[in-house]
Amino acid sequence: MASVPSDGSAGYLPETVTRSVKILVVGSFGVGKTTLIGSVSEIAPLRTEETVTQVSEGVDDLTGVDDKRTTTVAMDFGRITLNGSVALYLFGAPGQRRFWDLWEGLAEGAAGVLVLVDTRPGRLEASFEVFDQLELGIRLPFVVAVNHFPDTVPHGADELRTALDLLPETPILDCDARDRASALNALTALVQHALDVSADRPADVPQDIPVA
Amino acid sequence: MTPPDDRSGGYRDSALRPYVLTKGRARPSRNTISVDTLLIATDPPPPLPVSAGRQERALLAMCRGLLSLVEVAARLELPVSVVRVLASDLVDSGHLTARAGSPRSAQLPRDLLQEVLNGLRAL
Ligand SMILES: Nc1nc2c(ncn2[C@@H]2O[C@H](COP(=O)(O)OP(=O)(O)OP(=O)(O)O)[C@@H](O)[C@H]2O)c(=O)[nH]1
Ligand SMILES: [Mg+2]
Repeated sequence: MASVPSDGSAGYLPETVTRSVKILVVGSFGVGKTTLIGSVSEIAPLRTEETVTQVSEGVDDLTGVDDKRTTTVAMDFGRITLNGSVALYLFGAPGQRRFWDLWEGLAEGAAGVLVLVDTRPGRLEASFEVFDQLELGIRLPFVVAVNHFPDTVPHGADELRTALDLLPETPILDCDARDRASALNALTALVQHALDVSADRPADVPQDIPVA
Repeated sequence: MTPPDDRSGGYRDSALRPYVLTKGRARPSRNTISVDTLLIATDPPPPLPVSAGRQERALLAMCRGLLSLVEVAARLELPVSVVRVLASDLVDSGHLTARAGSPRSAQLPRDLLQEVLNGLRAL
């Protein structure tokens, strides 16, 4: 894998870039988040740390006795420069409940969330808490991409919609996180969906909470 | 510098370091700097006070080209929260220029979403 140039001379954004946009890539453990980001990113995916203050309530590690504690969590990210003027950043965040505070910081002002799911037997259940947080917590537009592994059995979108209890308008698509075109297709579907959803809202009326 | 290319999933616990590196402050002086806020050193650079630390100098050197906050943090191998504090001080002192990252508001402007969609389709 390529790495950041040691002299730091390369990898800078063109100075024509004036704006940036975030997309979150979330999903359960090992579902392919890092792989997908790596498939589309123009820089080698980087890993960094964010310090989050967690309220111990709802934290799956019950050793915390304080009301609040600070933890350091890792997140990975990639970058795509679009049209020389917008930098698109993809952030991979783990789906487990104890990472939800990380999502909150990342979700603020994001275009939407690409949710990767693994539909192999016994794996889908791990996605349930991801959808809980998307629907009750951060409420950004999201699409669901089924990442295909060699032993993934194809399910109909309707069957999956029922199993995950998704709204009829939430797009569900297939993807191969290792394939750049397939990963870009999933991102395109997400941004299209974010536009569709925003068209449903009255224009120029500031809203605090986006319609998911 | 070695890249933070740790695919093993391990991470360093640095709960104390943010307070040390930022001279006791955990919060930036301004809250407008987001993970994707774009940063670049002001050209020509105003002189740094002699009190400026190693971290500030490293940050400014890294920002001789345009990078987001999170990229600067990853390249410097520092937590995002630390770099956010250092960067906002350097913006306040005029050493660093910040270009708008994602808005604090929940909703993105439609024209920006459309630009992203067009850009993705053109790839
Ligand atoms: N066959 C196949 N394998 C995949 C695909 N996507 C990911 N993998 C493999 O699945 C494993 C996990 O992928 P990662 O991208 O590390 O998953 P992740 O979601 O980032 O995992 P965590 O960060 O640990 O939660 C790796 O061995 C990948 O090579 C895919 O689309 N098809
Ligand atoms: Mg990963």
